[in-house]
Amino acid sequence: MTDTSLDAPVLIAARAHKSGRIVRFIQQILPFVVFGLALLAWELVVRINNIPHYILPAPTLVAKTLWDNLGSLMVSWLYTMKITFGALLLAVVGGVALAMLFALNKWVELCLFPFAIVLQVTPIVAIAPLILIFIDSTTAALLLCAWIVAFFPILSNTVVGLRSADHNLRDLFTLYRASPWQTLRFLLVPSAMPYFIAGLKIAGGLSLIGAVVAEFTAGAAGKETGLASRILEASFRTEIPKMFAALVLVSLTGIMIYLVFMLVSKLVLGKWHESEIKSSR
Amino acid sequence: MSALLELHGVEKRYDNGTLALKRVDLAVGKQEFVSLLGPSGCGKSTALKMIAGLSPLTSGRIDWADTTANEAEDHARHISFVFQEPTLMPWTGVFENVWLPLRLKGVSREAATPQINAVLSKVGLSQFAHVYPRELSGGMKMRVSIARAMVTEPRLLLMDEPFAALDEMTRFKLNNDTLALWQAQQFTTIFVTHSVYESVYLSNRIIVMAARPGRIIADIAVDEPYPRADAFRNTPRYAELCVKVSQALQKAGDHHD
Repeated sequence: MTDTSLDAPVLIAARAHKSGRIVRFIQQILPFVVFGLALLAWELVVRINNIPHYILPAPTLVAKTLWDNLGSLMVSWLYTMKITFGALLLAVVGGVALAMLFALNKWVELCLFPFAIVLQVTPIVAIAPLILIFIDSTTAALLLCAWIVAFFPILSNTVVGLRSADHNLRDLFTLYRASPWQTLRFLLVPSAMPYFIAGLKIAGGLSLIGAVVAEFTAGAAGKETGLASRILEASFRTEIPKMFAALVLVSLTGIMIYLVFMLVSKLVLGKWHESEIKSSR
Repeated sequence: MSALLELHGVEKRYDNGTLALKRVDLAVGKQEFVSLLGPSGCGKSTALKMIAGLSPLTSGRIDWADTTANEAEDHARHISFVFQEPTLMPWTGVFENVWLPLRLKGVSREAATPQINAVLSKVGLSQFAHVYPRELSGGMKMRVSIARAMVTEPRLLLMDEPFAALDEMTRFKLNNDTLALWQAQQFTTIFVTHSVYESVYLSNRIIVMAARPGRIIADIAVDEPYPRADAFRNTPRYAELCVKVSQALQKAGDHHD
């Protein structure tokens, strides 16, 4: 045997390492490549078949329309963002406060949980018209609709999270005579954090959906309107490229919200929670 | 030797009617190292939790030395507990985990730092103060758990099968470290285990318990002087004591089953 045989495993390992990096690189760019190809196919189908733009606009036309109407669409986008994040903020405040109340007192939970479930299982499109009748201010009504959708995942996840604290750690806190406030701050809140953040990721997307759906029901009225009103308005005027442009903005907003909460999750849980730790294999 | 605590007719019945402990009378002296040894279901962990005040007594009472009725609450502040699992807070570092008992008493980080550093160096973890628990091995996690128990300078250390989940090498090492701490700090230890060998190696007194219902069936003194080293495990005296304790434990099994 020559000493090349000694080198062989090292070489194989190096090659495996290199190919691993290539695989990871491909994994990262693959979604973008496929998405780009799909857009290209869409463009080609529209051009080759001469599909009129009022039936299916090509991606380039959608992009051009988006650019031409950017100013007015941005005003609507800001309004939708206001409703979405306003509702999410209220859902976090309300959901966490109620979850803490539930965790402290079983009776409160028994009494109030059915209401939370009713709110959750009733489709928002079915209650939105009622809410719009009951509440004068459209903005307030939209906020309420989006809040109803976003509230439940925060509540139910936080309740489970607050209960998930390690039993031995609870005993330890009892042994050291921790006050309820200390137990909440040093034990229950950190234990609940991964669950709360999972709820936040879901609620973020849902509050955007709630905001858009409620505005569809409200119709394109009032002086302040969001992206849903722009979609409706464009559909009434059969301005299909403009519909698509508004739709693209809604999608991008959803993706942005998702990415923001992915980042939040990484920042908060990255150092300790299994869900955010890469195994060092 | 004066008693630190005395259990008088202590009983525990669970809500489902099971009698977990039947009339336990036990006096534990100051600076004793007592092992509670028995099969699973003999109520040894339950007894430990009742001493810690974590589980209410169905009947009987626990008397504490040096406390009047009014100060009964106070003794709890001098108890530390080490669980079978390391039971660390995963979201924070080793230093913060050890700080916890002092923090709950309102001791600031600055004021607690000398004590925390001292106790971490005693368990050999000075280098790891700012590491997260998940980055530590099982044995190291258990050391953090012991450091957290020691940082309050307890009068009584309760240990509930702390080394049962560890490999033998690590267990032997931690046995020696526990004995060294116990000798240096002069506290009382009640150590729950199901290992005859571990109980003989560590304790100066072994309480053998039987199951269904949980009760004490033997009280065996281990008169081997301290400090003990690994060589003790190879002596005829050690083997003899292990046989004696095993036979007592055997009897525990013979009563029922």
